[in-house]
Amino acid sequence: MGGSPLIQSLPGASKPTNASHSNPEQMEPLERYRPIIDDFDAFLAACERPLGNAVRVNTIKATVERTLAALEREGIGYEQADWNSRVLDLETDSPGSTWTSFHGFTHGQEEVSAVPPVVLDPEPGERVWDCCAAPGGKATQIAALMDDRGTVVANDNNLGRISALRFNAERLGATSLAVTNADARNYSLERFEFDEFDRTLVDAPCSCEGTIRKNPDALDNWSEGHISSVAGIQKGIIRRAIQATREGGTVVYSTCTFAPEENEAIVQHALDTESCRVVDFDLALEHSPGLTAWEDDEFDSSLEKAARIYPHQNDTGGFFVAKLEVTA
Amino acid sequence: MADGNDGQRFDRLPATEADRTVDGRATRAEVIDLFADRFGIPPRIFDDYTFWEKGAGKIWIYGGDAPSPIEIEAIGMTCLRTRQEHWKPTTDFVQRFGTHATDCVIELDREQARRFASGEDQDLERWDGDWGYLIAAHEVAGQREPIGVGLYVHGELRSMVPKGRQRDLES
Ligand SMILES: C[S@@+](CC[C@H](N)C(=O)[O-])C[C@H]1O[C@@H](n2cnc3c(N)ncnc32)[C@H](O)[C@@H]1O
Repeated sequence: MGGSPLIQSLPGASKPTNASHSNPEQMEPLERYRPIIDDFDAFLAACERPLGNAVRVNTIKATVERTLAALEREGIGYEQADWNSRVLDLETDSPGSTWTSFHGFTHGQEEVSAVPPVVLDPEPGERVWDCCAAPGGKATQIAALMDDRGTVVANDNNLGRISALRFNAERLGATSLAVTNADARNYSLERFEFDEFDRTLVDAPCSCEGTIRKNPDALDNWSEGHISSVAGIQKGIIRRAIQATREGGTVVYSTCTFAPEENEAIVQHALDTESCRVVDFDLALEHSPGLTAWEDDEFDSSLEKAARIYPHQNDTGGFFVAKLEVTA
Repeated sequence: MADGNDGQRFDRLPATEADRTVDGRATRAEVIDLFADRFGIPPRIFDDYTFWEKGAGKIWIYGGDAPSPIEIEAIGMTCLRTRQEHWKPTTDFVQRFGTHATDCVIELDREQARRFASGEDQDLERWDGDWGYLIAAHEVAGQREPIGVGLYVHGELRSMVPKGRQRDLES
């Protein structure tokens, strides 16, 4: 990985780079990451800046070329992400009220949120489980990466969020999605004819620290107690995900938080309890390696293969992504 | 349930009338014929898809694997409303598959398209094709793009774009 930010940023164009929208006290919980983040002041400064309007091109409905032509006709400026030509930053305050959005050519989705499906790398015709799928940004991206051919089981335990998922899936024209409403921790495959998936995405519920640029109040209810209770859920979900995936298959674990208790510690738990190993992946976005130690805990050295994406590295939100191969 | 249609359950449509076990249920052949006869969508477009019914008359189109019946929240996308005199395609289906249509497609200019997407009904005298459900389309970057389903009667085009999908857009 090179050290230079791979996303071009136009000074003063689409991303208001100077305006700060949250006050420094709100950032207090992030102080615990000072020892693990290079250039911590740049990190904090980035966390205080709002994000631009990112959308993903939905190739189920239109090619990237056609989408760009449609945006041009609408007079909407855009910038394409260097690492992924399907991710655009739009120069509009209402990316949901454009013709391209109405036609389902684009879907509002944060730039880093487009990373896990790319790392999952599903192929047309496969069976894929998105076990925490609502409101469906990543599930529909998975369907698009499969040319909408195959089976994408999009599950969530929250019925209210499932209605948003269904709305998005229909608008984006995803015909390969089957939507279920269950707890991923004891998910039963009995309802289908098959008994394992080729790939599974665990985009886990988390403390959402990395969404601070989008939701300035993301850290308002922050507590270590909350982190440890959500970590318990994450452990249950990742284990079931590995069990439901075939030998040689892939499980991607992701969160939009920085807390190692919800990231490396969860993958470590999977390594300790299930048959799997952490594998490498290419990611053309600047990032830092996963941690091998945090406070009193040590993690397997393979956790360095995971990626921590910090807001100051590419002017995005924060994310953690690990790729696992199921070994039995 | 008495009519064999359970609201939580999806049943795969029978291939033809000979395979039908539930009264009033549409068949796959009828659905594909409707899309071909009315809109000119070639039947082969649907070769890799299955059709499902949930509740009485709501038809879904799906490209993945699933046994029938199956109790889940959604299977693919809704495509058609049957069990009424005129079968009505959904806006999202028309956006997804309407690019293959050759018949009963009404092309709107910028201002008409804007009105249609916002859910407005409008007088349109110039249509001399069939009355009933049409695919409303407009030109996007050099190609025709379906917007949604309209109902054409008595010189008026009624937008069938559902409330939650309506948007106020620039023309
Ligand atoms: C980070 S969000 C997923 C975002 C989604 N992947 C997307 O890209 O749009 C986490 C989701 O996990 C769901 N969730 C929480 N606990 C769960 C559980 N035990 N089983 C299944 N889903 C769960 C939440 O309802 C929430 O929608």
